[in-house]
Amino acid sequence: MTIPPSAVTTAPSPEAAEPAASRGERLRVLVGSPRAAFVLQRLGRAAVSFAIVLVAAFFMVQLVPGDPVRAALGPTAPVATVDALRAQLGLDQSVWSQFGHYVSGLLHGDLGMSITSQRQVSQILGERLPTTLVLAVVSFLVAAIGAFPIGVATAVSARSGRHRVLDLGVSGLLGILIAVPNFLLAVLLIATLSIGLGAFPPAGWGTPSQAVLPVLALALGPLAYLARIVHIEMLRVLDTPYLTTARSKRLPGRLLYLRHALPNIVAATLTAGGVVLVGLVAGTVLVETVFTVPGIGSTIVSSITAKDYPLIQGVVLVYALLVLGANLLIDLALAILDPRSAIAEA
Amino acid sequence: MTGLRRTLLTPQGVAVLAGLVLVALAAALGPVLLEHAATTRNIADRQLPASWAHPFGTDELGRDLLARTVVATRLSVLLTLGAAGISVAGGVVLGVVAAVLPRAARRLVTAFIDIMLSFPWLLLALFFSVIWGATARGAMLAIGFAGIPVFARLVSTLTAAVATTDYVHAARLLGSSSGRTAVRHVLPNILPPLVVNTAAHASVTLLSFAALSFLGLGVQPPEYDWGRLLNEGSKRIYTAPMAAIGPGIAIVLTGVLFSLLGELLSQSRPRTVHAVTAQDGSSRPVPAEGDAVVEVTDLRVSFRGDDGTLVQRVRGVDLTIAPGEVVGIVGESGSGKSVTAMAVAGLLGPEALVESERLVFRGIDMTRRPSAAERRRLGLEEAMIFQDPLSSLNPALTVGRQLTEASETHAGTSHAAASARAAEALSLVRIPDPPRRLRQLPHELSGGMRQRAMIATGLMGTPRLIIADEPTTALDVTVQRQVMRALRDAREQTGAAILLISHDIALVSGFCDRIVVMRDGVVVERLAADRLGEAEHPYTRGLIACVPDMRTDRSRALPVIGVAAQEEVLP
Repeated sequence: MTIPPSAVTTAPSPEAAEPAASRGERLRVLVGSPRAAFVLQRLGRAAVSFAIVLVAAFFMVQLVPGDPVRAALGPTAPVATVDALRAQLGLDQSVWSQFGHYVSGLLHGDLGMSITSQRQVSQILGERLPTTLVLAVVSFLVAAIGAFPIGVATAVSARSGRHRVLDLGVSGLLGILIAVPNFLLAVLLIATLSIGLGAFPPAGWGTPSQAVLPVLALALGPLAYLARIVHIEMLRVLDTPYLTTARSKRLPGRLLYLRHALPNIVAATLTAGGVVLVGLVAGTVLVETVFTVPGIGSTIVSSITAKDYPLIQGVVLVYALLVLGANLLIDLALAILDPRSAIAEA
Repeated sequence: MTGLRRTLLTPQGVAVLAGLVLVALAAALGPVLLEHAATTRNIADRQLPASWAHPFGTDELGRDLLARTVVATRLSVLLTLGAAGISVAGGVVLGVVAAVLPRAARRLVTAFIDIMLSFPWLLLALFFSVIWGATARGAMLAIGFAGIPVFARLVSTLTAAVATTDYVHAARLLGSSSGRTAVRHVLPNILPPLVVNTAAHASVTLLSFAALSFLGLGVQPPEYDWGRLLNEGSKRIYTAPMAAIGPGIAIVLTGVLFSLLGELLSQSRPRTVHAVTAQDGSSRPVPAEGDAVVEVTDLRVSFRGDDGTLVQRVRGVDLTIAPGEVVGIVGESGSGKSVTAMAVAGLLGPEALVESERLVFRGIDMTRRPSAAERRRLGLEEAMIFQDPLSSLNPALTVGRQLTEASETHAGTSHAAASARAAEALSLVRIPDPPRRLRQLPHELSGGMRQRAMIATGLMGTPRLIIADEPTTALDVTVQRQVMRALRDAREQTGAAILLISHDIALVSGFCDRIVVMRDGVVVERLAADRLGEAEHPYTRGLIACVPDMRTDRSRALPVIGVAAQEEVLP
């Protein structure tokens, strides 16, 4: 799992301090409700991001050094074939008319024709996207549902300091799961569970047993990362004065941890969950390749290798949409579950 | 530098240094010493599984994979350093430029960085590798560029923090241009966190490289790095798993090494100061049923210091509180007065070592884990009010929930009855419109109101003791009076004893029956509140002299207690 160091990702934007506040203030006055202002702002940001992605995906092909058509077909291809493909891709026209065609095609759901398979890119993506979505969503659910009990239990146990050896063991295991990249974990899982024990098939997609290893490979790293976030956040909350207040009421552990502590770690955990979810989406590229899962992740690799530019463009757009969608989802969840932090950020 | 040296001499520091030396040696000498073993083709020995002669096995041309893994160190590390270098350099330039730009442009650049940051690394790297092609150089550029937003954000955040400091303002006043200020004053000050993050980032870069090569988009044959070896090995995982696991181990160990280096340099590892469980003797005298609310004899509380030794913060305190009595503990910060109160309440965390001859609240031994019945009594009979009302109420729960839960949990009161009781309690502490306040979250109440809500929480049971730990310190003077009045009302209503902790001898003497003066963890004087003038201990006299009244000569400085009482207090 490759997630940038948390110190970096959680660093607040310098703009968040005062100018953003005034901007948020203006928006708040216009809309009336701070929560609506927050949601509007995030929607606007997602729209701008998508516009940037659109432009970037278009110019990506323009930026390829040399002649992309020649690169795709190889140096031995006859000139006539190269010219035909160039005409088919519209690369013989001016940049601006190309861009116009590209945008109007997108509006009609037309992403062009794949060079290698000569099929509609939108059709290929339509067939493969559901697989990737299922893989990512199931993995995220596994990671999120597993992380909370582990993180809460380890934090409570670490604070009491009564099971030092067990604590060290669990935190070491989590550390290893965070450090091992998912493609390596995938290989290890195949070697042990599939070839060693014969428990699950090593590749393919379609039956539930075929899904077990890809989901594990994709979910274990994020699970460990989230569990550690929950652990750290719990430790922080367990030391707050209001938890001392709750202890002074001699509430049982169940109420202490579930009612008093858990609601206060939701915001930070959700934010980390966003990083995890986005990382998961990207991780499908590697895991699908290892397990030969027919999703868009394995498509992007083969299309880059084959220099199939229309297909690359399509996959890049879909992945960008997935990432932006995941970010937006987390922001909306934040606005619903923790209105205070959302307002503070807006 | 001594701090760094000390860090490097810890077991973790030595391990990381040894690992770094090993990686550096493998990178420098590996290709020289093992080039032959790594490239010699031996068709008879091809595709061997792991054995003593070939711990990782051999590849399809009979080359030893352990030798190839060691030789690949140089290329893997060099590519990682190159990509990390691109990320840092690009990030510093973009971040500093963003910081010195005029405001509108700065906002545009930071918004762009934010948007780039929302895309995961691997996708950015894949995007760039489309442009630069599937080669080692292309992958280095792709991964390097993909890391720029991370560092740009880091640098602009750090720069914004430094840019508001006084010395940067001073430099600007002295006529330093913004570019010069950035280079001379800002960059040196953001360097340490930058170095720390670079080390951590190198770990991510290494793994990303491995990922790209693994996908076949990085290093191309005949060149090979660890990711490439892993890619080739994973195709033979059915017959020779070590061919894939071997390079995998190299990737993970080196990645962990880099991130440990970052952690080591940051020195921000959480210091685990963990509990020493409280009791030594198991057979303790059973507390006799006295009529006092609180009985404390020879209370000692220790904490672990920075160097791991136990530091005693409360050193043999005796304290008795009769039913309905109002006792004040006065002392400066660090005198052990709050720790004493928390020990009486049995609320010290696992990091404190509590020892005592006797520590009893109404017949309950507070040094033991309370039984279920004792817990119920404590929950109903003991109330706590803390210093900071902003943080002592749970921000995520309504005021009503926080008032009612103790009696619902311990006395089995129905929710409706408890809510009615809570409304009464709020009106007793003079909070207007109780039903509305009960539905609100703490942040919707003012500080003084929150503190009075805390007092009301204590009134929900049948309090016999209210411990108020600096209840007015965080509040301004007019609000102080409201809170003290609420406390007085509470006492009249319930007849509970009160233990009031404060550094303000004027406040305590006006409110309490008896005063206990503490300093450096010991009680230096006990006296009745109305006989303050008879104080004998110089420290107490110093405390009293520090309180100005209407007749104080304002042309003279108030006395300094520390100097006056120093010699006589310390043993």
